[in-house]
Amino acid sequence: MSEAILATRGLSRRFGGLMAVNDVAIELTRGRLHAVLGPNGAGKTTLINLLSGELAASNGSIHYKGEDITRLSPDRRSRIGIGRSFQKTNIFPAFTAFENCRLAAQSREPRVASIASDAAAYPPVREAALRALDAAGLSARAEVVASALSHGEQRQLEIAMVLATAPDVLLLDEPLAGMGAEEAARMVLLLKKITPDHALLLVEHDMDAVFAVADRITVMVNGQVLESGSPEQIRASPAVRQAYLGDSG
Amino acid sequence: MDVYSFLIQLLNGLQYGLLLFLVASGLTLIFGIMGIINLAHGSFYMIGAYMAFSLSSLTGSLFLAVVIGIVLSVILGIVLEWALFSHLYNRDHLEQVLLTYGLILVFEELRSLIVGNDVHGVTVPALFNWSIPLTDTLSYPVYRLFMSAVCIALAFLLWLLIAKTRLGMMIRAGASNREMVASLGLNINLVYRLVFALGVALAAFAGMIAAPVSSVYPGMGTSVLIICFVVVVIGGIGSIWGALVASLLIGLADTFGKVLIPEAAGVTVYLLMAIILLWRPEGLFRRV
Amino acid sequence: MNRRKIALLAVLALLALFPFAGATFYTELVTKVMILAIFALSLDLLVGYTGLVSFGHAAYYGIGAYVLGLMTPKYEAASLWLTLPAAIAVAGLAALAVGIFVVRVKGIYFIMVTLAFAQMFYFLFHDTEIGRGSDGISMNFKPTAEIGGVTPFDLGNATHVYFFVFVILILVFLFLHILLRSPFGRALQGIRSNEHRMRSLGFPVYRYKLASFAIAGALAGLAGYLSAMQFGFVNPELLSWHQSGNVLLMLILGGQGSLIGAVTGAFAFVALQEVYQSVTTHWQLLLGATIIALVIFLPGGLASVAGRFKRKLIGGPENE
Repeated sequence: MSEAILATRGLSRRFGGLMAVNDVAIELTRGRLHAVLGPNGAGKTTLINLLSGELAASNGSIHYKGEDITRLSPDRRSRIGIGRSFQKTNIFPAFTAFENCRLAAQSREPRVASIASDAAAYPPVREAALRALDAAGLSARAEVVASALSHGEQRQLEIAMVLATAPDVLLLDEPLAGMGAEEAARMVLLLKKITPDHALLLVEHDMDAVFAVADRITVMVNGQVLESGSPEQIRASPAVRQAYLGDSG
Repeated sequence: MDVYSFLIQLLNGLQYGLLLFLVASGLTLIFGIMGIINLAHGSFYMIGAYMAFSLSSLTGSLFLAVVIGIVLSVILGIVLEWALFSHLYNRDHLEQVLLTYGLILVFEELRSLIVGNDVHGVTVPALFNWSIPLTDTLSYPVYRLFMSAVCIALAFLLWLLIAKTRLGMMIRAGASNREMVASLGLNINLVYRLVFALGVALAAFAGMIAAPVSSVYPGMGTSVLIICFVVVVIGGIGSIWGALVASLLIGLADTFGKVLIPEAAGVTVYLLMAIILLWRPEGLFRRV
Repeated sequence: MNRRKIALLAVLALLALFPFAGATFYTELVTKVMILAIFALSLDLLVGYTGLVSFGHAAYYGIGAYVLGLMTPKYEAASLWLTLPAAIAVAGLAALAVGIFVVRVKGIYFIMVTLAFAQMFYFLFHDTEIGRGSDGISMNFKPTAEIGGVTPFDLGNATHVYFFVFVILILVFLFLHILLRSPFGRALQGIRSNEHRMRSLGFPVYRYKLASFAIAGALAGLAGYLSAMQFGFVNPELLSWHQSGNVLLMLILGGQGSLIGAVTGAFAFVALQEVYQSVTTHWQLLLGATIIALVIFLPGGLASVAGRFKRKLIGGPENE
């Protein structure tokens, strides 16, 4: 049984009088996809921001591979293997899809000292980028400028960029946002494909997708954990049904 | 330094800080509401001072000059906003910087053409042209106290505007968003025009009342602009309260710095800025 | 070879042949423009490629110039091979020192603090005896290029100076071209495009910006040195905000984010300046009005006009 690679204890974040995230304990394990559900305002994106380091915690701690990373900056966390994708597509619009991924992969091997060589030619980084594009299904569109990609393709690029950084942990913030049925299905397949090699946290609204891929689900309401368990447990839980799933549950 | 010398420097520092606040509040207001960085803001201060000089020479009364000057600066502000600054909303910083830089050049040359490049003095109005004696040898000029009083009064009026009006509510919300302003039932073009005119008038007025004390010289616009930038960096942009605290801080630090270490005159301000940049880069009063 | 490269080579050939065609006055004028082009290139690294709009770049230009002024003895020539590297190093270090503070902030703040620090340097040279005050320093001798007993060229000769500067311009251009397609340069452009994402991807953005700031400062110091060498005197106005504003203007004129644009902008700026100065002593009024008109009516700068013209002429995309 594998142990948690990323774990939080009593994680909280306050904004003035509001506890956006309140005493959350969550664990991510390699090979498992842990989904976080909750209505709008439940604190899901805040949670991801806390885990990725964009927001500082007001209370509690985050441990990664046994070390306390609560105070680490976002770029440090990324370098130690915590990758994050964004709900609002956050790419480099003027660069090609390939360059987007190449730059992401370069973060692992900056080689700042080699200022004389053409970055695009360096094989290890180049190949990592191509692999990431391939995993996300964008190989055919590698040379297209990112702003010219369709919305769904941009969401795929969003994931490809994180994959190119070869992370151990993936924090995915609504990767299916704005996708049509076919694109969403492709994304679900992608998630299933990458889960065995990573520890995933998935924040999503798309119920079908979540139940299709999640190994564990945590439901948040008003910043707190309402319930946490296997998909079956969550589906059956009356508290969850009342608070969130409602009639469509 | 004995008590009275200290008191004098303290009053000087506060007066300088309050004057700075008038100018800086205009700068931070314009940026907070309209999202425009205006390099030419210092020029309004300079224009105010030169207006005080020319108009008081013409009319023989500084009071009259100030009143006319305020009217003229409001008009100037409205015209500038309508003709130039309205093009700058939603433009990137580089373009704003360049246009306002061009404006500085225009103002400086126009001043050179109209009034020349000489340094001028402006006499303190007779009403205030006396000093309060502190000791046998030391006294404090009443005009400076008057300046501080006026600045405090204006600061209070500004507070009323910000805290008690709808316009002020919008300013506090840091709304540089046209739709949001329009949804509050305010005519957006009018609001922007008035805010801009207010900023210009504040800076020009500061220049006018400062003229008897600091004299009127070509480089005064740039000097005050740089210091205002430091005020805004320290106080946080868009924050009137931050501008007040930072202005007073700088006023005091600069005054005492010049007295205690004359060789390093002027460097205290930069030192303060450097410290803030290291310690709290978003400014002391960050707007979320 | 594509049409762009041909056009570039044609321009280079023109520049190389120029001194033989015109009077010394024009040779010196084009030399001055090429020096400003180096200055503009240095700022373009910062503004056009890293996305950091600095309004205080003249500080490092002036510092490079003052290094020569201060290192030149009264009664003999200084060595080019000693003073030139010194100017680059000192300017770069000054930029590094300032960068440590200013790179912590962004956007409007960055513009303001870069201007503030530049003014600090200006007052340092203007009000204190470090740079001999507001009168500046006059150099009685141009630096000598003597090395190992041989003097390969004479910096007192306008044509030699022209080619010396020409070669340096080409070297700086090549240096930046190579730098920008290296991993470091790509990261800078990533920062300009989306700094937030760069940080999220694991790049230590602060360090990259700081490095860019320092390199840009060093190159500006090189340009300042050449300027001091050409004119034989330095004064605090080299560090004034006018100078900082003018070099930004060059980028807008030529189109930021393009090395060729920076060079073109320098030529356009000097052309404008020469024309206006011949019309009136209050030429800054005309310049100011032109800048205002440019921003309002031609937001893409001359580059947008030039870009369309260029594309028709030589084809190729708008970016480098």
